[in-house]
Amino acid sequence: MSNEHDYKELEAHARKARWLAISTVAGSGAGHVGGPFSAMDILVALYFKVMNIKPEEPGWPDRDRFILSKGHSSIGLYSVMALRGFLPVEELKTFDKGNSRLQGHPDVTKLPGLDTSTGSLGQGLSVGLGFALGARMRGQKFHTFVMLGDGELQEGMAWEALHIAPRYKLGNLTAILDWNGLQQFGWVLAVNEQHRGDRRDPWSGVDLRGVFEKLGWRCIEINGHDFSQVVPALESVKASGDSDQPSMIIAHTTKGKGVHFTEGKHEWHSKVATKEELRIIAKELGIEEAVA
Amino acid sequence: MKALRDVFGDTLVSLGWSNPNVVVLDADLANSTKADKFAMAYPERFLQMGIAEQNFVGVAVGLASLGFVPWLSTFTVFFTHRAIDPIRMLVAQTHANVKIGAAYSGLLTGLTGKTHQDVQDIAIMRAMPEMTVLAPADAIEGEAMIRWATDFQGPVYLRLARDASPNLFDEKYSFALGKTYLLREGADVLIISTGPQSGRCLKAAELLQGEGISAGVLHVPSIKPVNKEEIVSAAEKAKLVVTVEEHTIYAGLGGLVAEILSEASPRKVVRFGIEDRWGESAPNDYLLDLFQVSPPRLVERIKKLVR
Repeated sequence: MSNEHDYKELEAHARKARWLAISTVAGSGAGHVGGPFSAMDILVALYFKVMNIKPEEPGWPDRDRFILSKGHSSIGLYSVMALRGFLPVEELKTFDKGNSRLQGHPDVTKLPGLDTSTGSLGQGLSVGLGFALGARMRGQKFHTFVMLGDGELQEGMAWEALHIAPRYKLGNLTAILDWNGLQQFGWVLAVNEQHRGDRRDPWSGVDLRGVFEKLGWRCIEINGHDFSQVVPALESVKASGDSDQPSMIIAHTTKGKGVHFTEGKHEWHSKVATKEELRIIAKELGIEEAVA
Repeated sequence: MKALRDVFGDTLVSLGWSNPNVVVLDADLANSTKADKFAMAYPERFLQMGIAEQNFVGVAVGLASLGFVPWLSTFTVFFTHRAIDPIRMLVAQTHANVKIGAAYSGLLTGLTGKTHQDVQDIAIMRAMPEMTVLAPADAIEGEAMIRWATDFQGPVYLRLARDASPNLFDEKYSFALGKTYLLREGADVLIISTGPQSGRCLKAAELLQGEGISAGVLHVPSIKPVNKEEIVSAAEKAKLVVTVEEHTIYAGLGGLVAEILSEASPRKVVRFGIEDRWGESAPNDYLLDLFQVSPPRLVERIKKLVR
């Protein structure tokens, strides 16, 4: 179904969306960058390629559902939704400004196209479980995708949903783990580590895939920045919506991915780019109008 | 006289027949909460969610967005203490059409002790924007509220006692959101209460009559929203206002009444209930005496106030 040409288009959308996100955060004076950038390629693949959605009819009952459980990456989601036509790109300027549909964390009561509110971590998969279970009870065919952060998986509530979804055999539910390996402050320094940003992945040494599989999830491991892996993985789980196993896409990602000086840097978890940095970023992302 | 948990189970079975969108989610206590009656009647709409109360709140939100009317069922304490964050963010903040059937509320939880007694739930839930908070006094009001909440669009918190309490109402009762019910008129003191405690207050008022004290009883089943004017108007007719609740005296019904009267009609409000302490395992009568909200203790305390 997919080909190289599609991926080039998706890559272009992802560059544009990264620019919108980081320049919006710069305009608002606060916001997250690292998490939105690690999630961005998957968000673009979902909204431009995989999900069955109608931007002109955001409440369409048969739409595929998406929940950004790591809600602090909201600006990444808003940027992709703007490019996809759910809101005017211009509206991104209102982010966090007061009286805006674009709240710091996604608010389902404000922005049509969102499927629930998130922000307090570890809660999104439970709502996704409700969508998937309800779809089965109603005989609806839509698919539910929930993006989880790796840091967020430290929340106990996430594990409640992780063990209950397989019991209900919800093949129409997919969790996507954005495993970028960094969280806000992190754990005690290990030997030979100098800075917080050098810290080990909080889940390093843990066989998360093994844990998920033992709980009953069908797991696919991918590079979350390579569309030739992201798109087929998402299409494959969607195609198995009638199966009796929920899917877990374990996406290995890089926090801050897309700009050389934000990649893998914990300090870009939430940071505002300077004017000079924005110039470099625009050039690197190939955003001509911004460079000019 | 019928236990509120049986009213819960039986009314859900009746609603399940008339409304195919009604579903019940259990956190492994259905035989205690009597949600098991629904499980027997409609196994395909009874969703066992295991001992995992945070998750089942989120699942209910997902189901509600597809048009189901999910009733959550577990003990009160697990809603208002363990699952309060998903109730806050996923239910209240999104105005989700989720119904919270809070069983075993208050002190009288069947010999379970302070770990399972929730004496703070009114305070917590009435501070929750967009939440409707209801506390029925008897089986008739309980059934009316469950039916009303199922038809209402939005989150509802229903505070259900475990055991049976005497019927205060008959089949002519109709529930109206916010309305208060004057169960008895009296000139010397107005006792304001909620839930099954209203019945115990009514009994105390009858005993007070024998002592030459004329006590009125105002039952407040809608904690939120509540008709403030009715509370003000009733209070202004009495020489003294006393609130009684099977709940902490901080920020519960007593707090609600004091807030209303201090602004609209300042006067002394004496709050009876649980002071700054936890409960313990004991039979119901023992606990009601211990916290001085049984009818005989109320008579003693009110006599002291009035004389």
